[in-house]
Amino acid sequence: MKDLSSHILDIVQNSIRANALRIDIELEEDLARDRLTVRIEDDGSGMDEETLRRVRDPFYTSRTVRKVGLGIPLLLQNAERTGGAVTIESALGKGTVLKASFAHSHIDRPPLGDMAGTIALLAAANPEREFLYRHTSGKGEYLFDTREVKELLGNVPLNDPEIVRAIRTLIAENVSEISEER
Amino acid sequence: MDKIKTLADLKKIRDHVQAKIDLREKSENTENMVQIKVAMGTCGISVGSKETMAWFLDHLEENGIRAVVTQTGCMGYCSYEPTVEITKPGKEPIVFGHVTPKKAEEITQKYLKKDELVEGILPANYDTIEGIK
Repeated sequence: MKDLSSHILDIVQNSIRANALRIDIELEEDLARDRLTVRIEDDGSGMDEETLRRVRDPFYTSRTVRKVGLGIPLLLQNAERTGGAVTIESALGKGTVLKASFAHSHIDRPPLGDMAGTIALLAAANPEREFLYRHTSGKGEYLFDTREVKELLGNVPLNDPEIVRAIRTLIAENVSEISEER
Repeated sequence: MDKIKTLADLKKIRDHVQAKIDLREKSENTENMVQIKVAMGTCGISVGSKETMAWFLDHLEENGIRAVVTQTGCMGYCSYEPTVEITKPGKEPIVFGHVTPKKAEEITQKYLKKDELVEGILPANYDTIEGIK
């Protein structure tokens, strides 16, 4: 994965496959502690202990179309080589919380990438699910909530191309204002 | 485009889109729209399926194509990613491989507009790993 926004898009696919209806994505940039933390919480089907133990294994997947599952292993590799970590908590029927941390200044930390594109595409491709994106840094906080946006849109679908573009611009403008990157 | 910074700005776009939707034929429901599914597995994302999906969202309208663009998981064609499944109304779905934005443009100009097939179509009938074993 080239950047964190791709990792997030990828990890969230697991929440979608677990039939989550609410997915919260939180990204925190803490320069004082030199940490970048990503937290993804869903209300999907969750995993039992056995599955949870195996998700870090690249040769484990719940899919049948192929034999490998690289989403979590790739994230783990990228986090650990910056001195960070990945933790996953899950319970069957309750949902899952994944946390990935990186050293913000580490040369191997993947750049943030196009977070606005990730969130806009997720919202557009999954109109029946609700996404919350919270981006926090020393400069402030930005919150994007599909529930709020859907209320504002009324009968105009969120996946109308013009709306998707507008949402992407909206998130990009706000994130660029508080992001500590560059 | 105007600056979009707040929900109030988004509201303006919404009102504009609303007017456009009202102008379109009410009979236009999703059944007679093109369905485009972009595969978003780890394999697809790592080689740019996000850019492919964004391309379709950004450029179909200017080409006069009404489509529902959505995502799906990995279909097992990891080495052909990004893959895209396109279903034209009344037709069988077709899966295209290696759909970069450039390829998406070609598919739009040839298959979507003129019904001409392009290179890179993946076989629709395939076995899963279980099937092969």
